[in-house]
Amino acid sequence: MKKFLEGSRAVAEAIRLCKPGVISAYPITPQTHIVEELAQMVANGELKAEFVNVESEHSAASCVLGASATGVRSYTASSSQGILLMGEVLFNIAGMRLPVILTCANRAVSAPINIWNDQQDSVSMRDTGWIQLYVENNQEAVDFHFIAYRLAEDKSILLPVMVCMDGFILTHGIESVDIPEGEKVDKFLPAYQLPYKLDVENPLTLGPLVGPDYYMETRYAIQQTMKDALGVLPKLAKEFKEIFGRDYQDLLVEEYQVKGAKKVIVAMGSVCGTIKEVVDQMRAKGKKIGLLKIMCFRPFPYERVYQALKDVPKVAVLDKALSLGAQAPLAEEIKVACWGKKKAPKIISSFVAGLGGRDITAESIKEIYRRLNQKEVSLDFIDLKPELLKEKYG
Amino acid sequence: MMKEIRIHARAGQGAITTANLLGYAYFLEGKYAYAFPHFGAARMGAPMNAFVRVDAEPIRLRSQIYEPDYVLIVDNTLLRGFNCFAGLKDKGIAIINAEVGFEAPKVKPSQKVFVIPANAIAEETIGRPLGNTALIGAFAAVSGELKLETLIEAVRQIFSGKAEEGNIAALKRGYAFIKKV
Repeated sequence: MKKFLEGSRAVAEAIRLCKPGVISAYPITPQTHIVEELAQMVANGELKAEFVNVESEHSAASCVLGASATGVRSYTASSSQGILLMGEVLFNIAGMRLPVILTCANRAVSAPINIWNDQQDSVSMRDTGWIQLYVENNQEAVDFHFIAYRLAEDKSILLPVMVCMDGFILTHGIESVDIPEGEKVDKFLPAYQLPYKLDVENPLTLGPLVGPDYYMETRYAIQQTMKDALGVLPKLAKEFKEIFGRDYQDLLVEEYQVKGAKKVIVAMGSVCGTIKEVVDQMRAKGKKIGLLKIMCFRPFPYERVYQALKDVPKVAVLDKALSLGAQAPLAEEIKVACWGKKKAPKIISSFVAGLGGRDITAESIKEIYRRLNQKEVSLDFIDLKPELLKEKYG
Repeated sequence: MMKEIRIHARAGQGAITTANLLGYAYFLEGKYAYAFPHFGAARMGAPMNAFVRVDAEPIRLRSQIYEPDYVLIVDNTLLRGFNCFAGLKDKGIAIINAEVGFEAPKVKPSQKVFVIPANAIAEETIGRPLGNTALIGAFAAVSGELKLETLIEAVRQIFSGKAEEGNIAALKRGYAFIKKV
């Protein structure tokens, strides 16, 4: 049913339909509305779950780790410093192969304190072993949670999934969203059945000490499973379309006017909507430009990205995150995907925009297309204010 | 054609609810709307904006609004520190919540400014100086963008009890205030 809903509320509705048994979270802007709404649903009896209030994000993550290990579908959400505080446990959840789902309401990281949107929080967690999906709008925010649980709980995968949605822009953005009927979700997402779990009748140890004789194989196994996930996602996309009617292509990338394009921007998250708007405006004026939207950042779909970009002469990568002292994280992946290939883009330029909530306008996007000329840009900031760098104190 | 509304207020004055009500009314009339806030200092009382972008197609543009068709000013003390009319389209319309006799700033001849004592209306209808619903009642009357009945329906969906009745009364009073002018 189509509703006019705040993004956070829409995600809470989606989670309710996924019927988790345990939810644990600690409030942090801009994630708070999601778990507030869920707490209310539990209190009202609309959702039969344990809502565990905790004293920190580290405890919230530990709580859903434990719950998931006992065979209960579990959910948490966080942002920014909260995600960072969870960091240690996030590695553990993936290492223990627990299919926990976490919504990251993307926000900048401190210091200086900044509550506004960018993607430094989730991107900095890219090596935890979590699968990461990025959404463009609130419909995707709803749908990708159903997909996340299916993927995470797939017997061939058993890895946690982080659904990343831009803080404020989507979490506090109110728009038309289709909340599907519960029966459809039940059909797509059957009841949770973990093949192994903590059970006093059948004792089992999870996450024990493992020496040099075994540890490397556990990491190898996750690395292999990540590759397998790239094969599962397109199947889920097909099944999702059959049940819900919405087409997410292969759930790895979305090609928007990429065929025959001379210039393409690669990006992920809500900024893809703004880019699509600019693509349509400029296409109407005869400019051959396009967008490659990355939906799945971990595992990274290198081959799929290469196939999409191989005939595009000039590519710009827009990052809303940084790896301080190195190439921008998404740009790095795009360069790797095209590296050493005979047929590949001649130019792959890297731009960072929108950090700490600096607004990315249609003009910012046009600036990126303009700067995609003969000279490759190794990493530059869009909408930077150089005059602020000259300010002196003391 | 896409229409853009920018609301100027202070955090805690109900600007997000205002944007939500407007967006919801457009949604009820079969349009696509995207209502969203931008917080300044993220503190109660700090200047903030809420925005509504509307179109016949789903909204994809995620930036803030720099060239609005309409500006709604919930708190006129903001006019002292901010150019609330920045980027207002040539044929744009501004509606200011202020007492009768308030001297509205000068704008281009092609632009229009309406002043409505929304807080006074709210005191009488809701019992608190929250002029938002009177302001959007005025918006419906000034712009012809939304039917008053649809806004009333939106208020019924979002408020309940005494607040529902008070806000509906405020909406009607805001609408009538402009129609009389």
